[in-house]
Amino acid sequence: MKFTPENKTTELTASVLLTNEVGLHARPSVKLTQSAKRFRARLEVATAPDGPWVDAKSPVKIMRVKAAKGETLYFRASGADAFEALDALIDLVKRRFDEE
Amino acid sequence: MERAVSGLGAAAGVAVGTACPIHAIAAAEREAGSPDDERAAIANAIQAAAAELATLVAAQSGEAAEILGFQGAMLEDEALAEGAFAAIADGAAAHDAWTAALDVEIAGYLAADDPYFQARSSDLVDIRDRVLRHLFGLDEFKAEPGAVLVAEDLQPSQFLAMDWSHGGAIALGAGSPQSHVAMLARARAVPMVVGLGPAWEALSGLLAVDGDAGLVIVDPSPATLATTQRRVAARREAAGEAERRRLEPAITRDGVLVQVSINVAGLDDIAGLPVEACDGIGLTRTEFLAMSSIDDEERQFALYRALVRWAKGRPVTIRTLDAGGDKPIPGYTADNESNPFLGLRGIRLSLRHPDRFGVQLRALARAAAEGPVRIMLPMVTRQDEIDDAARLLDRAVGELRACGIAHARPQLGVMVEVPALAFAIAQIRADFLSIGSNDLTQYAAAAARDNPAVSSYADTLHPGILGLIGHVARYGSTGGRPVSLCGDAGADPRAIPALLRAGLRSLSVAPGLVAATKASIRAVDLSQEPEHGL
Repeated sequence: MKFTPENKTTELTASVLLTNEVGLHARPSVKLTQSAKRFRARLEVATAPDGPWVDAKSPVKIMRVKAAKGETLYFRASGADAFEALDALIDLVKRRFDEE
Repeated sequence: MERAVSGLGAAAGVAVGTACPIHAIAAAEREAGSPDDERAAIANAIQAAAAELATLVAAQSGEAAEILGFQGAMLEDEALAEGAFAAIADGAAAHDAWTAALDVEIAGYLAADDPYFQARSSDLVDIRDRVLRHLFGLDEFKAEPGAVLVAEDLQPSQFLAMDWSHGGAIALGAGSPQSHVAMLARARAVPMVVGLGPAWEALSGLLAVDGDAGLVIVDPSPATLATTQRRVAARREAAGEAERRRLEPAITRDGVLVQVSINVAGLDDIAGLPVEACDGIGLTRTEFLAMSSIDDEERQFALYRALVRWAKGRPVTIRTLDAGGDKPIPGYTADNESNPFLGLRGIRLSLRHPDRFGVQLRALARAAAEGPVRIMLPMVTRQDEIDDAARLLDRAVGELRACGIAHARPQLGVMVEVPALAFAIAQIRADFLSIGSNDLTQYAAAAARDNPAVSSYADTLHPGILGLIGHVARYGSTGGRPVSLCGDAGADPRAIPALLRAGLRSLSVAPGLVAATKASIRAVDLSQEPEHGL
């Protein structure tokens, strides 16, 4: 695995169950990437603990994952504000993207 | 100087508006330059399309803004064009590279298990075409509210991109009354004329579109304008009245009650619809569900149960998998049939796959524990198919009983769409009958509904087809078997009087057409001689 100097010390992971009805669908994907882009950290998402990981700031790549309701989302983050970023993303998924 | 161009009416109503021509991208051409030029061309086109979307988003609100916002977010994501840039570096033209990259993306969406993701493919088609338009230097597809969209043919996504709340109409050179756009236009009451031929290219300026007569009037005279405006106003008033009475039963002028049920394909179709508006669900299409859950009893059961709970005791008719023909399911339907419409489809296919059929029958029997579920078999030709299905249903019920799972044995009926079955109806044993007027019509008329060259033959009002429907209604109801009709004709205001005169007392229509269908029924007087010989 490649680490940039900045994130060598901080590689955080977290996971959360996707419970909103339509999964990581159009609007949720956009909300997730918008939220992710507010942070400087490198943020990645996967539907399995060992990947494949995709850039959480790319709606195109997130839509390709096609994560459905009932799947677990795994996040990993590295960089200065990694902790806050993970917190925000997990919270967004738990709030069902404020959709329901 | 006023002149009229005639075509086929595809959605009723009249509207006046300014022509907004949409030119097909497929016909566009451009010359490719060096890889550097092509890279710049696609980058500029993407940027221009993104800016255009941003402007559009700002003008919209609610769901429309979110849909366009999604498209914008996708377009601004560099990952979307990665494949195109790689192909351009290898020497591809910008338009070919972009089309190929987006088509891969679109295919990925279409291959999704989840219908929500599948449905997003149309957003990607929109994105693809929006960028292509900029690349080819074609006029931006931007119609003023109330405009008349003029084109060779129209995509559903283009229809949905337009705000129809301020009026407007559609005039197409090709097209078909059976296209998805035509169905959308009828559901939204947008007047539409198709089949105008090459004359569509000359349509410009002010147009009056008469979807009732199948006419487009160019440069209408003041007298024509006045008449048209009166018709628009009268129609609006009638639609408002129909909507106000949507929850009331449909009773003809002479007091005959007609049941009006709805056709659905999933829970989206009943979202927000009060169950009191209808007499139950007359047709549930399960093909969409089956694409992803053909072997998933729990998922099927969850959907069926949700429908039953919504219906609050009203009958819920669920059609078993009607795959094959124009509805292929990879790994299930037969490949390369020479004539799939007359091939292994519907019940014929289900009986070849008893295990998968059993999954659906078990899910249906479980849902029946919560309310009246009626199983409808599609494409039945002979009695032995019904008997075989009944045996499989008994087996499914037996399995559920053995496992102690709550269930009930649903009624087992047939969809009457094969003319031979319609003729034999007096000898057929089934719990209920529902006429599938779309396929019955095209089989009886030997004409495809989706082929503009012959679609006018596929007319349910042909006396021979009305005769078949009357035969089914008459002999079908002997022995107390309910007879319904669940094809497009059931909501066609021109066909409704004839269908009721043929003896039908139950129609099933798209949820959005319930109000208008009830209004059409209320206008019929069965004690009087029919107008226009119907």
